[in-house]
Amino acid sequence: MSVFIQQFINFLQLGSIYALTAISFSMVYGIAGLVNFAHGSIFTVSMYMLFFFSTYLFTVFDSSWLVFAVALVLGSVVMALVGMLIERLAYRPLRSAPAVATVVSSVGVGMALEYLMLNLFGSKAKRMPALIPNTSITMAGVVVPLYKILIIIFAVITMIILSFIVKKTKLGTAMRAVAQDKKAAGFMGINTNRVITSAFVFGAVLATIAAILYVSAYSIFTYDVGDSINWWSFIAAVIGGIGSIEGAVLGGFIIGAISIVAPALLPVSSYKDIVLFAVLILVLMVKPTGILGKNSAEKI
Amino acid sequence: MKKNRASIISVIVVALILVACKELGLVSTSRLLIVQYIGIYSIMVMGINIINGYMGTFSLAHAGFMAVGAYAASLTSRYLLTSAVLFPITILIGGLAAAIVGLIVAIPSFKSKGDYLAIITLGFTLMLQSILNNARVVGASQGMTNIDKFTNIYWVFVFLLLAVVIVRFFIGSKYGRSIKAIREDQVATQMSSVNVRQAKTVAFAVSAFLIGISGGLLCHLLGYTSPSSYGYTNVVDGLVMVYLGGVGSITGSVTGALIWQLLVQLLKSLGTWRWVVGGLILCLVMIFLPNGVFGYKELPDVIVSLKKKLSKKGEK
Repeated sequence: MSVFIQQFINFLQLGSIYALTAISFSMVYGIAGLVNFAHGSIFTVSMYMLFFFSTYLFTVFDSSWLVFAVALVLGSVVMALVGMLIERLAYRPLRSAPAVATVVSSVGVGMALEYLMLNLFGSKAKRMPALIPNTSITMAGVVVPLYKILIIIFAVITMIILSFIVKKTKLGTAMRAVAQDKKAAGFMGINTNRVITSAFVFGAVLATIAAILYVSAYSIFTYDVGDSINWWSFIAAVIGGIGSIEGAVLGGFIIGAISIVAPALLPVSSYKDIVLFAVLILVLMVKPTGILGKNSAEKI
Repeated sequence: MKKNRASIISVIVVALILVACKELGLVSTSRLLIVQYIGIYSIMVMGINIINGYMGTFSLAHAGFMAVGAYAASLTSRYLLTSAVLFPITILIGGLAAAIVGLIVAIPSFKSKGDYLAIITLGFTLMLQSILNNARVVGASQGMTNIDKFTNIYWVFVFLLLAVVIVRFFIGSKYGRSIKAIREDQVATQMSSVNVRQAKTVAFAVSAFLIGISGGLLCHLLGYTSPSSYGYTNVVDGLVMVYLGGVGSITGSVTGALIWQLLVQLLKSLGTWRWVVGGLILCLVMIFLPNGVFGYKELPDVIVSLKKKLSKKGEK
């Protein structure tokens, strides 16, 4: 029983990290209509930013909570600027070009960023200083590390705030309008360029939050950490139904569940990728727009 | 007729240049190797171009097809056809194996499209990589080593010619015209009583055949093959070459392979920085040439339009 609860908490932790990355991926996808191949690299860059900020901040502050908060804020600000800059330089000039040109451009950005990190900071794995104190709490007779609980709570709060922004605020309404129809939204007086930029900013900030949760959980990372994150968040977003926040969360948790359950049942742990893709293909065979995706009518 | 004669003469001229380069030792072995890379990747890019360019579907299955071709060919040359004379048959077997897999991968493309198809085809590639990583028969993650190095510049040239002929023939055929119509508007194509499923299946098979050939040639050139060469990097490499050179064009395919392979070699002195520079170059090319260098254009078209421009200037 206690093993079961521990695994369940592992699942919640992994699922919430995937859910956050999937949301950030899905937002850019839904609003800008771009499969952002550079998203994983943004995740990697934010990881390095957090690493340097927190290493420096530990020399200033004593409390690790303060370091966590300040590093997160600084990292988010820097990454928001990076996201804005990339959008301005690499994607905006391609707004009227064929869609695939933007995708290829994002491949270029992703490659450049990833290898920039490799060249600047080396291929050696970095160990993040512990941001959350290494204590455990006992719940119903099961010992659970504190950081796992906090990661789950933090991720859930972020998702609630985000869905409030998207559903209730003016910017959120504009975002949904642009996601539905860019041209019509422009006719209604929405500044589509600004909304698309804000989608990239949101994506980058969410990636930073996901990154700080990721390093709190696993503490070690290398320059290519973003590659797999990119694919898993893409797949999570697609399984759940692209462009919808609930779908991304659902997809993230499905992937988290498979990553926890499959290695326990299968003889070779690396077969979990195969199970994941099999699930993906099955879902898309049955419902080609993902579980929560809306069926859009074919335009003639 | 005149056009045909011109192309035959140009083929013979290029072949003679290659003979001179190799047999007379005019070009160093490492440079010759680069030429072979360009040839092999041109075949691969032509294959990708059938799906991603002419049919306008965003597929990421090419690394998987290449792996099938490479493993099938190297298994054949090791256990079945060990003599060097039978090498072309080996390569064709690799291509056919990939084509059969292509028939299966074509099935999801009937229903899903756009980025959903992209993720399914990517899933196929990564799944295959994962299976190869665990299959002891083909050396698991070590891959296959000590493959006979049968590939030389002549075979690359022969297969490149074959690929060009196949693509030209295919694009001119009923199916080729169908997939170009699908690119413009699938619903309208279906209503004009074109069998969309059949056309897509044939297109995937032909595309996989060409990519499989390139995989077989490449592993017989390097002398080894391992699952790690058929993952994310290979997918991106292929995409870059297709969209750099230009979609829906044979000239574009060769140009893309040429530019990217040369760039990779030229930037070699930069070490890992070359990927940073390469990525930035890719962005710049897309911003200034969103359709690639030869998007939907062949070399003769470009020459004709250049001639027109020049003659207009002369009139003024």
